[in-house]
Amino acid sequence: MTGDVSALQLVLSGDPGLFAIVRLSLLISLSAVLFAGLIGVPVGAFIALTLFPGREGVIVVLNALMGLPPVVVGLAVFLALSRSGPLGSWGLLFTPQAMVIAQTVLVAPIIAALTRQTIEDLWVEYRDELAAMNIGPAGRVATLVWDARFSLVTALLAGFGRAAAEVGAIIVVGGNIEGFTRTMTTAIALETSKGDLPLAIGLGIVLIFIVILINALAWAARRAGERTAG
Amino acid sequence: MFNRRILLAALALGIAAAAPASAQEKSIVVSSTTSTQDSGLFGYILPLFKSKTGIDVKVVSQGTGQALDTGRRGDADVVFVHAKSQEEKFVADGFGVKRFPVMYNDFVLIGPKSDPAGIKGSKDVGTALKTIMAKGAPFISRGDKSGTHSAEINLWKASGVDIEKEKGPWYKSIGQGMGAALNTASASSAYVLADRGTWISFKNRGDLIIAVEGDKRLFNQYGVMLVNPAKHPKVKKDFGQLFVDWLVSPEGQKAIANYKINGEQLFYPNASDAGA
Repeated sequence: MTGDVSALQLVLSGDPGLFAIVRLSLLISLSAVLFAGLIGVPVGAFIALTLFPGREGVIVVLNALMGLPPVVVGLAVFLALSRSGPLGSWGLLFTPQAMVIAQTVLVAPIIAALTRQTIEDLWVEYRDELAAMNIGPAGRVATLVWDARFSLVTALLAGFGRAAAEVGAIIVVGGNIEGFTRTMTTAIALETSKGDLPLAIGLGIVLIFIVILINALAWAARRAGERTAG
Repeated sequence: MFNRRILLAALALGIAAAAPASAQEKSIVVSSTTSTQDSGLFGYILPLFKSKTGIDVKVVSQGTGQALDTGRRGDADVVFVHAKSQEEKFVADGFGVKRFPVMYNDFVLIGPKSDPAGIKGSKDVGTALKTIMAKGAPFISRGDKSGTHSAEINLWKASGVDIEKEKGPWYKSIGQGMGAALNTASASSAYVLADRGTWISFKNRGDLIIAVEGDKRLFNQYGVMLVNPAKHPKVKKDFGQLFVDWLVSPEGQKAIANYKINGEQLFYPNASDAGA
C-alpha cells in the first residue's frame, strides 16, 4: 500500500512539517491530560470518599459525561471563546490554548470517573485501617491517591487516548490552521477531504504508532515505579 | 523519583502549551472557503505575501456560509469567499467594510464515466440537471450553505426546479465540504457540482470525469472583505487591509494567475473588473 510508504518516507526524511504536527498533537493532548488530571483526580477521589446528598446522581452524571461528544464540547468552547462570546476578550479562539481547554473539558470527566471507581475499590480495603488511624478527609484523599497511583496511570492513559484520538473538538476551536493549530487528527481529516487517502491513512498509522509508544512508556514507568515501591 | 521527573516534564509541557501567544505577533486570521485551501492556492500565494510584509496569514477554511459567520462573530480579520449575494449582504449589514472582487474560476458538473443520465459533453447545465432529475441518477449535494451549495441551488432554480420540493431519494445532501462530497460521489458513482480548482487538485477521482463545463452560468466569482472594526474593535484592521490590498494589487493578481497544477491555471484574477 502506497500510504504506508509515503507517510513512512515523511517520517524517515524527518519532514519538519510532519514533525511540527506530531509535536503539537502531543503537546496539546498531554497538556490537556495534565490539567484534566489536576482537576479529575481530586474530584474523583473526593466523590469516592465523601458521603453527601445526591452523591449517586453525581456518580451517574459523571459516568455519563465520559461519553461527551467531542463536537459538542468543541462547539460549547467555541461559543465561549468567540470574540462575540463571554470569554472573547481573551482572544484564544483558533489557538493551541483553546484546543487544550476543549480537550481538558473532554478528558476531565473520564479521569474523574475512573479515579472515583479506583479509589472507592481501594477504600473498601483501607477503611478500617484509616479509621483506626483517625485520619481526616483531606488526609484520606491524599493517602488513597498516593497508594492508588499506579492504577491511576490507567485512568490518565484512558484520558490521553481520548484526547489524542479526537478531532471533533479541536477542529472547531483550533480551525486547523496550517503550521499553527494543525494536529495529526485534523491533518488526517484535511487529507481525506483533499482525496489524498493514502497520505491520510499513512498519517493515521503514524498516529497509532505514537499512541502505542506513549502507552509503552507509561507501562515501563509504572513497572519501574512498582519495583522501586516494592 | 521516577514519577516526580515525569510529573515535572508534564508540567513543563503544560506550561509551554498554555503560555499566551505573543501580543506583538504579526498575524491575521482569514476565514475562507475549502476551495481556496484544498486547491493549494493559499499554500502558493501566502508565502509570497509573508516575504513582502512579514505578516503570517492564518487560514481557517470553512464553507462560505460558515466563513461569513466566523467574520460576523468577529473571529476573523478578513473574509475571502465566493457567493456574491451573501457577501453583499454581509457588507450591507455592516459586518464587512467593503467587498473587492479578486478572481474567478468556474464550476464543473462532475459525474461517473458510465454517465447514467447521458449528459456528458453537454454545454447546457440546466438541461443536464433536469435530465439527472428525470432519470433519477444519483446526485450529491454539499448541503452546507457553502458557496458551491448556493451556486447549485441557484442552478436548479434557474432551470425551473424547486429542488427542496422536488428532490427524491436520488438526491443526497451530505452537509460536508467539497472534498467529502467528491469522495462520496466517487464512492457511489454519483453526479456532483464542484469548483474547478478543487476538482483539478482532487486525488481520489476513481471513475469520475467532467460531465458538463463551459456554460456561462457556471461562473464562480471570489470576493474579499475586511471585517468591520466598527463592529469588532479587536479586528487587526491595518494588517487585514494590507492583505486585502495586496490581493487586488497587480502583484497579488499576478501571484494568483501564476498558480498552476500540471500546467493548468486554477484561478483567473479580475480585481480590475469593478462589476464582478
